[in-house]
Amino acid sequence: MQHVAAATPAAAGTHHEEHAGFWRTYVFSLDHKVIGIQYMMTALLFLFLGFTLMMLMRWQIAYPTKGIPGEWFALLPAVIGVAALAVGVYSKRRLTLLVGLLFGGIAWLVWWMVSDEVLFPEGIMLPELYNSFGAMHGTIMIFLGVVPLAVGGFGNYVVPLQVGAPDMAFPKLNMMSYWSYFVGGLVMLTSFFVPGGAANSGWTSYPPLADIATTGQTVWLFGMVFLITSSLLGSVNFIVTIVQLRAKGLTFMRLPFFVWAQFVTSFLLLLAFPPLEGAAILQLMDRLAGTSFFLPSGLVISGQVLDVAGGGSPLLWQHLFWFLAHPEVYVLILPAMGIVAEIIANNTRKPLWGYRSLVYASIFLGFMSFIVWAHHMFMTGMGTVISTFFQTTTMIISIPSVIILSALIISLWGGSIRYTVPMLFAIAFLPMFGIGGLTGLPLGLAPTDIHLHDTYYVIGHFHYVVAPGTIFALFAGIYYWYPKVTGRMMNETLGKIHFWGSLVCMNGIFFPMLIQGLAGVSRRLYDGGAQYAHAQNVLQWNEVMSISAWALALFQIPFILNFFWSMKKGRQVESDNPWGATTLEWQTPTPPPHGNFTSIPEVYRGPYEYSVPDAAKDYTPQNVP
Amino acid sequence: MQIPYTVTTRPDTGLHNAKLGIWLFLASEVMLFGSLFSAYILLRVAAVEWPHGSQLLNVPLAFINTVILIGSSVTMVLSWASLKMKDFAKYRRYMGLTILCGFGFLVVKAFEYGAKFSHGLSPAEDLFYATYFTLTGLHGLHVIGGIIVNTYFWGPGSRMWDTEPERFTNRVEVAGLYWHFVDLVWIFLFPTLYLL
Repeated sequence: MQHVAAATPAAAGTHHEEHAGFWRTYVFSLDHKVIGIQYMMTALLFLFLGFTLMMLMRWQIAYPTKGIPGEWFALLPAVIGVAALAVGVYSKRRLTLLVGLLFGGIAWLVWWMVSDEVLFPEGIMLPELYNSFGAMHGTIMIFLGVVPLAVGGFGNYVVPLQVGAPDMAFPKLNMMSYWSYFVGGLVMLTSFFVPGGAANSGWTSYPPLADIATTGQTVWLFGMVFLITSSLLGSVNFIVTIVQLRAKGLTFMRLPFFVWAQFVTSFLLLLAFPPLEGAAILQLMDRLAGTSFFLPSGLVISGQVLDVAGGGSPLLWQHLFWFLAHPEVYVLILPAMGIVAEIIANNTRKPLWGYRSLVYASIFLGFMSFIVWAHHMFMTGMGTVISTFFQTTTMIISIPSVIILSALIISLWGGSIRYTVPMLFAIAFLPMFGIGGLTGLPLGLAPTDIHLHDTYYVIGHFHYVVAPGTIFALFAGIYYWYPKVTGRMMNETLGKIHFWGSLVCMNGIFFPMLIQGLAGVSRRLYDGGAQYAHAQNVLQWNEVMSISAWALALFQIPFILNFFWSMKKGRQVESDNPWGATTLEWQTPTPPPHGNFTSIPEVYRGPYEYSVPDAAKDYTPQNVP
Repeated sequence: MQIPYTVTTRPDTGLHNAKLGIWLFLASEVMLFGSLFSAYILLRVAAVEWPHGSQLLNVPLAFINTVILIGSSVTMVLSWASLKMKDFAKYRRYMGLTILCGFGFLVVKAFEYGAKFSHGLSPAEDLFYATYFTLTGLHGLHVIGGIIVNTYFWGPGSRMWDTEPERFTNRVEVAGLYWHFVDLVWIFLFPTLYLL
């Protein structure tokens, strides 16, 4: 209709943002690309913070009786911070200065905590602090790191471009969504400083423990309300953008698989998060208004009967929580699969194998993810009938996951693969997610889950899915779309060091967890299992895992250097489409201007027309008639 | 830069952006209240004894509130219809009535809450009162949200009528969908809490 083609500098008169000042352009921007980058930078920073907490915990697990060398843990962020500050002052770039300050902040935070005699008496972490680091590691990694990066970052930047839209459907909501996430993140950070420290009842916040925990838990709940609001606004925006703003000729079956993945993800966020919001409201009432939704009658704490009305049900929280948190697993993995699919098609120079089965499988996956939640609760005594039901649905949901993974693996077959850095990460995603998925089967069956429940096996399983799975896919996405965002390529050599180092270290961390878990070592143990007889045979793995974790941190240095260095000094791209890709985001100027496209895009073909016989080139973009 | 389909409908979907957006938002609201209603059912089924709402709560006041809210939904539709018939003055009147009804509902609710508090009955009393205060409180917040939106469209937001009348009409329709939803939630809450 009034689809105004935008964005040549000559037409800049219609673009209010190009006349806007610094604040409106970079901070309170309405442009989906700026918001995407804001999400990405914030989320990467939170990933680093969540990882730092875990590195401190890993010292405690490996050496429970030795004092922590705090200066070493503060050194890494301090060096990055000082380097970024120096570069920022030298090149007068406000963004780099800000990043330097933030890394400096993390270094200071680590130093402040480790040298505090109350939190670290004689350099040994307090058990309460260990608990709160564990809870906050999970919260930060999932709700402030991976999801905002995968959905808020990549989704925001790439989806409008891939559907040929000038922006998201609701730019103001988009901005509010980012700032709501930002405030949620700040609230979570403040919780470290309230009396009693941050939330320490696990990222799952099970009552009755969470109901009677220190103030940090209340702050956690308020933080969650902001994060839920953010993802709610975001998901509405994504669905409307994909349904309403598709370019002419871009039918649903011509959408790139990444857009499909974001589409299904948005429905999961839209419909699964509100029950957690409901649960958070009930828990807030329990904590602040003295209700007892989750507190049973006659609860005894430290030998005293708790003075509440009682009658509540701790299980109710678990149902409401996992009703969100199981779909959340697919929120974590689906965008990753989308990224990997794009990169595999591009680097094998052939169409994705089974595009339609990929699409139908992800829709079915999204639907099924709403009726598997209680497989997290086999040990709660729900009864065998309910267990059987959720066992069955869990086995059914593994079918679409296997279809997606198989289609991606078969896509490699017969391709002339370009081993670029994004492709290396994408290929590694396949076996890593494979291990993560297959180790999940014994957890989905009630009889085997009885042995494995709440052991390190569970931790190993879901970290294989999320860390070398999703996070590898996110790295792949960063290396892949970087030239579109900045107009420069990232360095290949540094990228390969980052890749191989991370691959080895990730497995060094997570594979021993499966071994320890099979031996029966429980998760969340303050001393890594040292006081248990059955853990003695597998205790030596603790040191291997910890050293791998610290080495993994060192292997992120090439990435961080590469990320900032390439912005200014990376090899400039020769064309707007350096990878020779077919999808619409590569058919724009680099970087795409406000309004994205120079003329109204029209789509004539499917998303993966690579190596079509008799075509002019080995790729045919979607907008070529 | 202009976002397509902010005013006109997209031919193949038959929707404009905001209308799809509000339906999706309402879907998430259904899940929010759905989770709380499920919680209520689970708690009540597991309870040893659960009082009948009609013995503890003020049914006549709640009935008046139901009538007020249903009435406000009618005036909301009439205000939208007046815009469709290009009668702005009539729109202002009906929208004003809708807002007044919203306030009326809150005033009655405040009397109910006040009566409970003055008898020392708080959410901490037992699970029945906990559910009652939480569910009606959350609904009350939604009413306040609706009043804020409607007041904006009654007052400063209505300047859009002079520049983009069609877009403004769409906005009122979208606000109306939200208001009907808030009304609908109450229609479920009233029997669940007061009568059963």
